[in-house]
Amino acid sequence: MIDKIVHSAEAAIDGVADGATVLVSGFGEAGTPNALLHALLARGSRDLTIVTNNAGVGETGLAALLRGGRVRRIVCSFPRSAGSVAFEEIYASGKLELELVPQGTLSERIRAGGAGIGGFYVKTGVGTLLAEGRETRELDGETYVFERPIHADLALIKAECGDRWGNLTYHAAARNYGPVMAPAGRITAVEVRQVVPLGTLDPEHVVTPGIFVDRVWERTP
Amino acid sequence: MSGTSNAQKRLAIARRAAQDLPEGAYVNLGIGLPTLVADHRPQDREIIFHSENGLLGMGPAPSPEALDPELINAGKAPVTLLPGAAIFHHNDAFMMMRGGHLDYALLGAYQVAANGDLANWITDSDARAPAVGGAMDLAVGARKVWALMEHATRDGQPRILERCTYPLTAAGVVSRIYTDLAVIDVQDGLHVRELSEGVSFDHLQSLTGALLRRV
Repeated sequence: MIDKIVHSAEAAIDGVADGATVLVSGFGEAGTPNALLHALLARGSRDLTIVTNNAGVGETGLAALLRGGRVRRIVCSFPRSAGSVAFEEIYASGKLELELVPQGTLSERIRAGGAGIGGFYVKTGVGTLLAEGRETRELDGETYVFERPIHADLALIKAECGDRWGNLTYHAAARNYGPVMAPAGRITAVEVRQVVPLGTLDPEHVVTPGIFVDRVWERTP
Repeated sequence: MSGTSNAQKRLAIARRAAQDLPEGAYVNLGIGLPTLVADHRPQDREIIFHSENGLLGMGPAPSPEALDPELINAGKAPVTLLPGAAIFHHNDAFMMMRGGHLDYALLGAYQVAANGDLANWITDSDARAPAVGGAMDLAVGARKVWALMEHATRDGQPRILERCTYPLTAAGVVSRIYTDLAVIDVQDGLHVRELSEGVSFDHLQSLTGALLRRV
């Protein structure tokens, strides 16, 4: 019997090594797997590379991991936003390496990682600081910049419902990076609001098929 | 316009730009000033607002009792969905941009140049960490890019210039500018379509760092 359900956040992230590259879903506070991030902090994981859209709000989730000095490098699109105090302070202290990536390019690089694509050309960023010194190519009269995929050891995702095969649904704008990141993690761990019995989710409404998911944990309130 | 608060100015810009969106348009609203446009959709037209985090058919801000913390816009503020709305993941959201599926992107700006260059992600005087978000994707992807901005800085320095002094978001992409003082088309230079009430052409020119032409 296939059973991807785990019964603790610790079990969901089990096996992650120091120095791992970790994808973290979410846009703002919608879809951010804070409980799994706290488990990473409790585990003592360090020297992490975090790939995510925003760099945490307040003092919870990613902000707590940053405060704990666990993150060496962050690959991010919009790290500085309302409430990103922890990130801003640690970045200013020079203890954090930042790779800034245009948002669509970040998402597509993650997709490429999960999709077996070795790289792609994109118009975004051409002629800007973010494409300086990068390989470009003229295609059909337009300039494109070459982008590489992002592969990750672990993907941490927040979803709404999940079953023991790993099928997932999402809630509202919390979907954001979840379906993109799930295929890109060597281990994909999901915190869900509710675990539902197999067969409950309408196949027409499954957003992330279970093949991309390794562990499903029902978040304790 | 003296005596008008900053918030009122920004609201007036959003309202004015909303009036020019045609029936059936797919329109991305960038963070900052443009997100206000969702609250001023002309009621006689069906216009579909896109949000980079994965929404089409975004409606105005919710009443307090209808607030869902996971239903937010690009600026992370709570929004609503209109009948016919769709929710999708990040790759689809950006495929809509880069693939040329959006009719308009309404973006905030620090500076716009007479050649349509857009600077809206970093300034040259900010030591803080940079952030870019979807600005570059929208600027190169949408069929038309409108900049919504205050015409001058708080101390009266022009923000519409011959050439941007801040690092570019994208080159030659802006086709129209909405400010608190005017509506300006950008095509082979700057063409003033409309002056706000009480604003003279000469005053507008004095607050603009590039040559303006009358339409």
